[in-house]
Amino acid sequence: MIETIKYTATEELADLFTQNREIYNEGCPDFMNRKRSEALDKFVKTGIPSRKNENYKYTDLRPVFQNDFTVLPRYVQQQIDLHELFHCDVPQLNTHLVLLINGWYYGHNRKIGQLPNGVVLGSLNHVCREHPHLIEKAYNQLAGISDDPIANLNTTMAKDGLFLYVPDDVKIDKPIQIVNLLYAKENTFAVQRNMFVLGKNSEATIVFCDHTLNHNYYILNNLSECFLEEDSKFNFYAVQNMHNGAVNNTHFFADLKERSTLHTNTLTLNGGLVRNNINVKLNGEYAHADLNGLTLADEKQHIDNFITIDHRVPNCTSNQLYKNILDNKASGAFSGRIHVLRDAQKTEAYQRNNNVLLSETAEMNTKPQLIIDADDVRCSHGATVGRIDEDALFYLRTRGIGEKEARLMIMFAFADEVLSQVNIKVLRQRLEELVNRRLRGELGPCQTCSFNFRKP
Amino acid sequence: MLQIKNLHASVDGKEILKGISIDVKPGEIHAIMGPNGSGKSTLANVLAGHEKYEVTEGEIFFEGENLLELAAEERARNGIFLSFQYPIEIPGVSMVNFLKTAVNEHRKHKGLEPLTASQFLKLMEEKKKVVEISSQLTNRSVNEGFSGGEKKRNEIFQMAMLEPKLAILDETDSGLDIDALRIVAKGVNTLKSPHNATIVVTHYQRLLEYIVPDYVHVLYNGKIVKSAGKELALELEKKGYDWIKNES
Ligand SMILES: Nc1ncnc2c1ncn2[C@@H]1O[C@H](COP(=O)(O)OP(=O)(O)O)[C@@H](O)[C@H]1O
Ligand SMILES: [Mg+2]
Repeated sequence: MIETIKYTATEELADLFTQNREIYNEGCPDFMNRKRSEALDKFVKTGIPSRKNENYKYTDLRPVFQNDFTVLPRYVQQQIDLHELFHCDVPQLNTHLVLLINGWYYGHNRKIGQLPNGVVLGSLNHVCREHPHLIEKAYNQLAGISDDPIANLNTTMAKDGLFLYVPDDVKIDKPIQIVNLLYAKENTFAVQRNMFVLGKNSEATIVFCDHTLNHNYYILNNLSECFLEEDSKFNFYAVQNMHNGAVNNTHFFADLKERSTLHTNTLTLNGGLVRNNINVKLNGEYAHADLNGLTLADEKQHIDNFITIDHRVPNCTSNQLYKNILDNKASGAFSGRIHVLRDAQKTEAYQRNNNVLLSETAEMNTKPQLIIDADDVRCSHGATVGRIDEDALFYLRTRGIGEKEARLMIMFAFADEVLSQVNIKVLRQRLEELVNRRLRGELGPCQTCSFNFRKP
Repeated sequence: MLQIKNLHASVDGKEILKGISIDVKPGEIHAIMGPNGSGKSTLANVLAGHEKYEVTEGEIFFEGENLLELAAEERARNGIFLSFQYPIEIPGVSMVNFLKTAVNEHRKHKGLEPLTASQFLKLMEEKKKVVEISSQLTNRSVNEGFSGGEKKRNEIFQMAMLEPKLAILDETDSGLDIDALRIVAKGVNTLKSPHNATIVVTHYQRLLEYIVPDYVHVLYNGKIVKSAGKELALELEKKGYDWIKNES
């Protein structure tokens, strides 16, 4: 009898790492490498999540890793100038533009415009070596305790990404646009690790875009840890536009101190399988978090937004607004867990998830959850899954507006409620334009950027 | 202008209109009266092109064209306007964007250039005066959070903006106090010309004191059971609908 050994993707990834451990450790400080080992053990224990994992009930990640792919434990020099290759539509915004490539800080980033004194913006790997004190204490503090298998996988393999430090009392006026490019000759599993540290009473805005620049198979595992000190303000706007065969796994962890404010908006336009984990801990009184998301998906896209907010201390407020428009065979999932801990009196936490299905075959799973252990709180949650309101459609048509246009008006209005939360006017207008084009079917994953290959 | 011939219509397989014939000429005002559930709104919706209602028999011509072959938006551009009994709230669609799109679709149909933003706003200011509608309403989303009366006034405002050839007012009077009723009637009368026509659907004769009809038709159980001049409305008011029910 022949015995077959079932070699799982989890084991394969673990082996891949162990066999290349030297290379992974190379050029990284000890604290980072120690975390790798710890995270690997945890990852191996849980494995790549399947639907059996309660937190991944609607998204099985195992098939994602069954394709062949390469990993990039070392920075690869690019043959062409990425600035020539990539032109994003959004930057008429007047932003500080930073490019990352396959998870790595791009070596030929153009000089970033004048930033206020003391701000550190650059490669995480570089800062780890030059100013380890800025990173060491906080590194993996939030991701580590989450115990999410894919976050652990990130900690195991991550070497670089973006680092931002804003000193106390410093406000960066211009948004910083970070463009995460995926561009390799082969199918690639890219791992990116970011850290955002906002000092007391500081302020920064990030526009975080993901783009695939060719049609290879990509898995992006992109993890951000954010630390908001007292009275700081942090805006984080993500625009996800990878091609529809690619996989985007994002993690966003945030720790909020007294009176700090976090505002996130995740706009998912394209991407085959997208899983966004957002985990926010309100750790200081009077902190506030606004978490918004809008997904426009069609074909066979699968988009899963998984949110957890922990109200750990009294007097904090949070708001979640997530909307999906799903067409064809697209599927979506939303889980928003608000956890109000016992001492967190006077909490106000609201959550809403509204979804429109444009086809019979589109599917949405929504699971709002409230876990309340305090008694003096104001919380609400609600979810709807519906279709385009036919009465509204008829009403518009009786005024002479064509059916297609009327549908677009209704869909856009639905979507715009999320975009209207974006508090930078120019950015909001640009996002509205992208959404409009996406709804009209005029925006493919590669059309936000015009390609500009130079003949060799 | 409008010829309805032996119109039968059903919804979900249930026949609601059972052979209706009406002939409306330019400059005329027709009132359609009848008890609840007799099919008045169904007739209005069929004229406007609601796809839920299936026309099983009969024909409708509007200015010589077969109306039944046209989609709702084409009927609107050709000059038919329905003031809804229950106007729809459309959250997030601004009144301005909605009306601008509608007005420009009408203009495109007529081969005219679209209005510029400032021309449009000027037109809107002008028409707002006719129906005494406040900017507070026109700056909001379509009908969102409007009171019943505000919704009705908004219907007449849209009518004023679009200047239809044939307006069908489905119970525009219900839910209005006397002042609002007078304003609505004033709007309708201001827009009246020898070239356009109005069908007023109501089940009270109150509105007809302000908008005086040339003809009154009584609809009952999907059929026109009586047609006469404006005096019929008064008679109905006095005798009640039971009188019709007993006769038919
Ligand atoms: N969408 C519908 N589905 C089922 N029945 C309907 C629908 N619309 C109208 N009806 C029925 O048709 C009849 C006429 O309704 P309607 O035209 O609204 O009357 P009116 O406007 O004269 O009060 C009523 O019996 C009503 O229940
Ligand atoms: Mg009715």
